[in-house]
Amino acid sequence: MNSRSHYDVAIIGAGMSGLAAGIRLAHFGQRVCIFERHNTVGGLNSFYSIAGRKFDVGLHAMTNYVRPGVKGTPLGKLLRQLRIERDEFALCEQKQSRIAFGPRGETSLRFTNDFAVLESEVATHFPSQVDGFRNLANAVRAFDDVSLDAAPVSARETVRRHISDPLLEDMLFCPLMYYGSATEHDMDFGQFVIMFKALFLEGFARPFEGVRVILRVLLDKYRAAGGERRMKCGVQKIIVRDGRASGVKLDDGEEITADHVISSVGAPETERLIADEPSSGTATKAGRLSFVETITILDRQPAELGWGSDTIVFFNDSPRFHYECPSGQVDPRSGVICIPNNFDFGPDLKLPEGIFRCTCLANYDRWADLPEETYQADKQRWYEILQQSARRFLPPLATPDALGRATLATDMFTPRTITKFTGHLGGAIYGAGRKNRQGRTALANVYLCGTDQGFLGIVGAMLSGISMANYHILQKG
Amino acid sequence: MTKDECKKVVTDIIADIAPDEDLSTLKPDVRLRDQLQLDSMDFLDIVMELRKRHGIEVPEADYAQLASLDSCAEYLTPKFNALSAKS
Repeated sequence: MNSRSHYDVAIIGAGMSGLAAGIRLAHFGQRVCIFERHNTVGGLNSFYSIAGRKFDVGLHAMTNYVRPGVKGTPLGKLLRQLRIERDEFALCEQKQSRIAFGPRGETSLRFTNDFAVLESEVATHFPSQVDGFRNLANAVRAFDDVSLDAAPVSARETVRRHISDPLLEDMLFCPLMYYGSATEHDMDFGQFVIMFKALFLEGFARPFEGVRVILRVLLDKYRAAGGERRMKCGVQKIIVRDGRASGVKLDDGEEITADHVISSVGAPETERLIADEPSSGTATKAGRLSFVETITILDRQPAELGWGSDTIVFFNDSPRFHYECPSGQVDPRSGVICIPNNFDFGPDLKLPEGIFRCTCLANYDRWADLPEETYQADKQRWYEILQQSARRFLPPLATPDALGRATLATDMFTPRTITKFTGHLGGAIYGAGRKNRQGRTALANVYLCGTDQGFLGIVGAMLSGISMANYHILQKG
Repeated sequence: MTKDECKKVVTDIIADIAPDEDLSTLKPDVRLRDQLQLDSMDFLDIVMELRKRHGIEVPEADYAQLASLDSCAEYLTPKFNALSAKS
């Protein structure tokens, strides 16, 4: 029965970070409850069904993949801290990914989970830059990226000390920004290092059945450790007494007391939960970067269309790469293609249907208040534009209508969907631009975890929950 | 509890925390950190598992006593014996 009215720790949000924090705390005997507004776990990294078909949302690939035996990396730390055996995630590696730049992707850098492939691609396409690239990789390896109190430094400036060709610079930034930058144009070098390791030095993998496998493992561990959760049970307010949080007030008005509160809903969003006036301004500015994503289900394997080699393709058609909130609804010039069938699931396993996903930058304000009819029509219109844009960077189809004829079903998420499932203001997929590594808030016993604490990707999200639970609660035990 | 039994308690905990480490060749007189890939998060877990499983408290000032299996046994065995004498 999840009916207590007092907990040692109340966790807001059952995403990857909240679940990970919950597992740690419950394992070490804390009475913990996770409060989740929705009826599914995972936040934006989740899954849903339409007409009996399961769709994954959020996760393209788990980053930070390293093979068994490689130690001292985020994946290994995460597995140890949560007492998860490697096999439980049953991760399958990517085949290959590419960064394709130019109107038709004329310059293309392949990369795999073997860093030597990217290094040799750089040597082939940018021979004058490869020494600089190696120096950059060494600087990344030497950087202490888990420090909780490093001062922010411009990644663009740091990278330019090693790389002088703006095309290569943009090509390296494109995947790292798309997979984790909450700031436009540039990122903090510490974040760059986390992402460079996560994508290039480590790599991509996913369970055959997708993100639900990871969520299932987390839920099982949490339950086995004695953690409680309440679904469809959002937190409307953090109750403040004498300068500390005394507990949380749920959407239905019930009050729960707690010694500590961990919030995964984001920094400005948590400030709102603490403030007396829910709509008041926040000290932390909400992020501006949001996405649309199209999902196309095919009646055949993408390989039958000639799209059998690429797992992820990061593309840009313009002279420079613009990572910024677009002025229009969507910026289709750059984006990310994901073909989940193209992970190496082994000779005997195939996803039952083909899946083709495409992600582009989008402007929340231009989606937020549309009347339903316009919203649906705009989704339809942009769906077509995204498909056309992305196809330029994949091998040509046998006939122009081959994709349409193979399509069984489609879906699309917008900045509105992101706000709905993450609670992030402005559809800010990676949260606020300024990260708060120590996870402190205005109240001494309220801590942030997840996106706005600043460890990114799903492995980062879980490590964020772990490190905040350790740092603020368990170490002081 | 003997010192050997105490070492077994510690290696059992390490085996659960770090199942990817090979503990079969662990030398008792060499620092754990020099033989295994254990970081500060892992050492915190050893301390917390000692508390959770055996009710043994290791204050932060004494973490250095857990450097090797031998030093663990020197430091922890009296604590285990004091605890069982009480109960």
